[in-house]
Order: sequence, then structure tokens, then C-alpha cells
Amino acid sequence: MYVAVKGGEAAILATHDLLAEARRGDPAVPEVEVAQIREQLGLAVARVMNEGSLYDRDLAALALKQAQGDAIEAAFLIRAFRTTLPRFGSSLPVETSRMAIRRRISAAYKDLPGGQVLGPTYDYTHRLFDFALMEGESRPEAPQAASPLSDTMPRVPDILGAEGLMEPETPPEGDPAPFDLTRQPISFPADRDVRLQSMARGDEGFLLGLGYSVQRGFGGNHPFAGEIRMGEVSVEFVPEELGFPIDLGEITLTECQMVNQFSGSKDVPPQFTRGYGLAFGHSERKAMSMALVDRALKAREFGEAADYPAQQDEFVLYHSDNVEAAGFVEHLKLPHYVDFQGELELIRRIRAEREARLAPETTPIQEAAE
Amino acid sequence: MQSNEPLARRQGHFAILARAALAEVEAILADAPAIPPFSVLKQPETGTIMVEGRAGGGGRRFNLGEATMTRCAIRLEDGTIGFSYALGRNTEKARKAAVLDALLQNEPPGGPMHEAMRRLADRQQRARDEASRKAAATKVEFFTMVRGEG
Amino acid sequence: MAEQNAALRKAGPADAPFNPGIGFSDPVFQSQAAFRGILAALSEPGTIHDLGSFAPCPAGLEPATAILLLTLTDYETPVWMPEALESGEAGIWLRFHCGAPPATPGKASFAVAPAGEVFPGLTAFNPGNELYPDRSTTLILQIESLTGGDMLDLEGPGIPGRRQLDPRGLPPGFLAGWAANTRLYPLGVDVVLVAGSRIVGLPRTTRIPAPAPRT
Repeated sequence: MYVAVKGGEAAILATHDLLAEARRGDPAVPEVEVAQIREQLGLAVARVMNEGSLYDRDLAALALKQAQGDAIEAAFLIRAFRTTLPRFGSSLPVETSRMAIRRRISAAYKDLPGGQVLGPTYDYTHRLFDFALMEGESRPEAPQAASPLSDTMPRVPDILGAEGLMEPETPPEGDPAPFDLTRQPISFPADRDVRLQSMARGDEGFLLGLGYSVQRGFGGNHPFAGEIRMGEVSVEFVPEELGFPIDLGEITLTECQMVNQFSGSKDVPPQFTRGYGLAFGHSERKAMSMALVDRALKAREFGEAADYPAQQDEFVLYHSDNVEAAGFVEHLKLPHYVDFQGELELIRRIRAEREARLAPETTPIQEAAE
Repeated sequence: MQSNEPLARRQGHFAILARAALAEVEAILADAPAIPPFSVLKQPETGTIMVEGRAGGGGRRFNLGEATMTRCAIRLEDGTIGFSYALGRNTEKARKAAVLDALLQNEPPGGPMHEAMRRLADRQQRARDEASRKAAATKVEFFTMVRGEG
Repeated sequence: MAEQNAALRKAGPADAPFNPGIGFSDPVFQSQAAFRGILAALSEPGTIHDLGSFAPCPAGLEPATAILLLTLTDYETPVWMPEALESGEAGIWLRFHCGAPPATPGKASFAVAPAGEVFPGLTAFNPGNELYPDRSTTLILQIESLTGGDMLDLEGPGIPGRRQLDPRGLPPGFLAGWAANTRLYPLGVDVVLVAGSRIVGLPRTTRIPAPAPRT
């Protein structure tokens, strides 16, 4: 039987008001503006764009404001909004080799063409508080070199690829349009395009943990950060009504190419293999984690045993989406009164049966003990 | 190849306008000779585009995620059709950029609107240059320590 | 490159006659209202629904066809139309306003078949497959009128008992083709009959027993 219970509307409406007040905090403190979040919390904005799977810095900033900085709640807001928008088409694949570089490093090659460009990174900060930031109002200005960076910034795997020592990455026959998990249900084993899309919108923390597990031996790869690059890339689109490509503007991307040793198999000579990560905004940890797990998920292609979680596509893909995961975990908050009542009665009945069953056996023992 | 020049020029204009602020588009229209009447063929509309990447940068295509974009199409009375396509959600800019696209098609290269577009492109290039020079200031210059003699 | 130049000319000032026509003036509300009508038509097969006016219509398309296409098609839904429509105003209009690419009947998500044209037959279209029966073609069949023809009995889901419909101008052999189509279930094409601004839904689940001989 199903019993619908009504009530709680007034309480729910009151939570909306209380939430709004909690979100606002102390009214004596100036309210944070969306533009401030967009400009000054850019890394949080990038995370929300990735996990919400929609590049729009203003919307991500608004989502963060509305969600009081809860990245997953913010991603949920973005996903919900996205469903209200028509899709006009797919872009041409972005050309990361033509990125306007703001950061580009390689841990594998010291003297790579174009150089090591550290860019805006926390890597070399001392992790000591800067209490000056508590005072507000700063206008830092970065120094400029006499000339801009070289236009030639080849991607590191392309350099190794020229020697034939790198697993090649070429489009399959016919350069097919990719699978879209927002339109079609995924099935397993999942192809690379499905895995990459799934990870690109996956939870950074989940992928970080999996990537870490690979490094600690639960995946058996020895990775090098072949290259990490961050900067702006043009998005190009061919509208059906025009038939020629249009440059829609730029987005910020972070790309990571992990290089892994591979001792070869029956069919493949010893070479380096690759893991790939690509993410919206400056999202280095995300791109690196994705690249580690991407390589681990290639286990089947290289004939490696898929013994560990990071190598199992079904495990990784079904659990990386934090909006889905949060939904299923948090649905436990919904009323389960009837379910629970049922279980309660079941336990009581089993208990009573057990006591009834044990009663004749225990009685003589008790007598003996007397 | 000469016949491709108008196409390449127009593609360049789309790229510049996509990166321009609403105020910059308005400034160029303000300088234009009287804007002829036009009808809207496609109302400014915000939607998304699925951004594709390639595995490893050059391999199999995959869907990275969507981005918001806004498009618009207008038609001048003489039949010229102007389009606007740009990332983001600015519908007002989309309408004005579509008008500008139509006007630019009718103005000979070197005209005042073309000149204004060139100046806008220069400003955008300078901003890119500055970002690149700031990045270049963080470029590592390795040097080798002397390891001893002989 | 030649293609690109052609496209530029097509959308540029050189060819003044290029006219993509009009789309919805209020895409969100118009498409939602139309979608409600289409949903009602397909869930209650045989009932007539008016989708409202749409003018000017591209040559060869009925107002309801234009509204159906604007509401249901986009760049992910290939559309088949007979060559005469595809290469004319209707084709240009569809590219411009919907972004839907052209397709062969067997690959089409949607198809438009106007009265008077050679009808390729229902088997020419995609019936879907066992894993995804929903990936079949939805055929927009333009006929003379939704009333005034031979009386047909309709049965199936969405119809309490029987419902009667007397469409005029169905292509020759349509009823035999329809009987074969319903036998493909769960596969098969769905049809929307169109005349003017009005539509009738004929989903693959609707059976049309052979009409009783007239007396």
C-alpha cells in the first residue's frame, strides 16, 4: 500500500527564507558580487564549469554565490540550467597546439622548444598566509618580458612521436563524431570518447583519488607529466546555414599529457604510452588526474590485467559524476517512513520468533545453573 | 585564390566581433552612416555548443562539455543578410553584431567601419600580446653550474 | 573552398533573391505550444489538432508542416524531403531555421512527403532497431484534407474502443503499407497527417482495419 502524506509546505517555504538569510550572512558585511566571484575565485569557477559541464564564467560565478560556495550544488544548478537551452551544434575539435599559452611546463623535457613557462601557479608559493589579503584593496601588477612567447609551442608527445617512441594518437577511420553521454545511455566496455567525456565532467576529488591510487601501485603505471599547458583556445563552429567555419571566441583550457613507460606486448614494441586530460579553465589538478585515469583505463587495449578500480571503466564511469552521486547519497534524506516502518516490524517479528525458538532450549540450562 | 578574400575578411570580422564587448560594437555602429532599416530573420537566441576535443590533442574526437553561445540573423532591405555567432549570452550584442556584419559586407574594404574594425582588432591583439609577455616573464632560463675543472 | 564561396554568396548580398523566410517570432512559447499539440495528436490518435497559423510558408510546405519542423528538428535530426522541395525554398528554409541536415529516407529522423509527389512508401523509411525502436523516422504526410474522404476505423492505445477518421488524399497503397507497418511493432514509422494548419497523429501502434465495403 502507498500512503501519500501531505504537509510541510509552510515549513519548506520558511526554509527558503532561512536559507536566503544564511546565504547572505551578516548584513553589515557588503554582499559579494557575481563579477567578484568570476574574477577573484576563478579556480572555483573553473571547477563548477567542468563539473556542471558548461563553459560560462558568469553563470558558474552565480551558481557559486547561490550555493554558498558548495561546488557540487553549484554544478547541479548549472546542469539544471543547461537542460533549458537548445544546442546549436558541435564545435570543430579545439586545436590545443594553437593555444595562446599562459603556462606550459614539462617534467620530462628540460629544453623543449618554446621553453618552460611557469605562468600563474601556486607551485612555487610558500603556502604561508598572506595577511595583507585580509586588508583588501590590492593592485598587483605582473612584469612583462620584452617580447611575447614564441608562436611555436609543440606539444611534447608530438616531439616524441616524431621519433616513433610514443604511442600514436590519430583519429580513427573517417574521424567519426563522438559519442555523447548526455544524449545516449552508455554501455560497457566504453570507448575512449565516452571515457574522456565522462571524466571531463567528473568529480575532481574522485578522479584525484583514483589517479593517486594508480601512482601508489593500484594500477601499475609510472607516469611523467609529459606536458601541462594552460591558455586560451578559439572555439570554431560551422553553422549549417553558412557552411564555413566561424570563430566564436576563446575559452580557457588546461591540457595534460601524461607519458607512461610500456614494456611492450606481443604486437607492440616497447614505447611510451599516453594518458590525456583536458579541462575548462585553469584546472590543473583535474587535468592531471584525468590523464592518469585515462591511461589506467587503457589497460584492456594494452592487454594489461584490469585488477584495480582505476582500470575498470564501469567502476570509474558510473561513480565519477558528482551530481548523480550526490543525488543518490542525499536522497536518503527523503522520507522513508513507510519503508522504515516495514523494516521495524520485520525486525520485531524476527526477534520475537527467535526468542520463542530459543526459550525452550535456554530454560533447562538456566535450571541446571541453579 | 582572390575570390576567397571576402570570405576570409568576413571570417576575420566574426572573430573580432565575438571577442568584442557590447560597448565596442555599439561604438562602431554609432560611427556608421545611418543604419538602414532591417528585419530580424532569427531572433537573438542563447543556446549551447558542444565543445569537442581530441584524445591526446590529435586523436579521436570526444565531447569536452558545452559552452553557452548566442546567435542572431538579420536582413537589410537590400537583401543583405547579417549573422552573429559568439560565445556567451549577450543577446543585445548579438543583434547589433549581426547588423554590423551586414553593413560590413556592403562597405568596401578601407571604409570607416572596416577601419574601426581594424582598430578593434589591434586592441585585441595588444591585449593578447600583453598576456603573452606576462607569461614570457615567467619563462625559465636554465643555466649550467660549472662542475669543476679538467 | 568552392563550397564555402557558394555558401558565402548564398548568404551574401550578391544573390538578392536568397530568402530564408521566417521562423518563430517567439521560439520558446510557440514551440512549446506546438509541442503540446503534437503530443496530444500522437497520444490520442485520430483526433484533429490545430497548430495555428504560420505565414509566409516556404513553397511546398503546409503551415502545420513548417511548425512541426521548427518545433521538432535541429542539427541532430536529419530530414528527408523530395528533391523538388529539398533543392527549393523549403530546403533553404529548413537549413536556415532548423539547421537540420538532408538525409536519405532510410537515414532520416523526420521526413516530409507532400500530396501529389511520388510517395516512396512507408518501407523506404527507417523503422528503428530492436535496441532503439525510438530511432525510427517520423513521417509528416501532407494530404488534401483531414476530412471528407473514406471513413476509416482506428484502434489501439489512446483510443477508447474505436475512433473514426475520414482523411482525403492518402497516397495510393497507404493502408496496405500501414497494416504492414503496424506488424513491425515495436519497430515502425510514426506518421503525422497534415492538412493546412491541422494535424492528426498515427503512431505505429494505431491499427486501421480494412474498411467495410460501402453500401
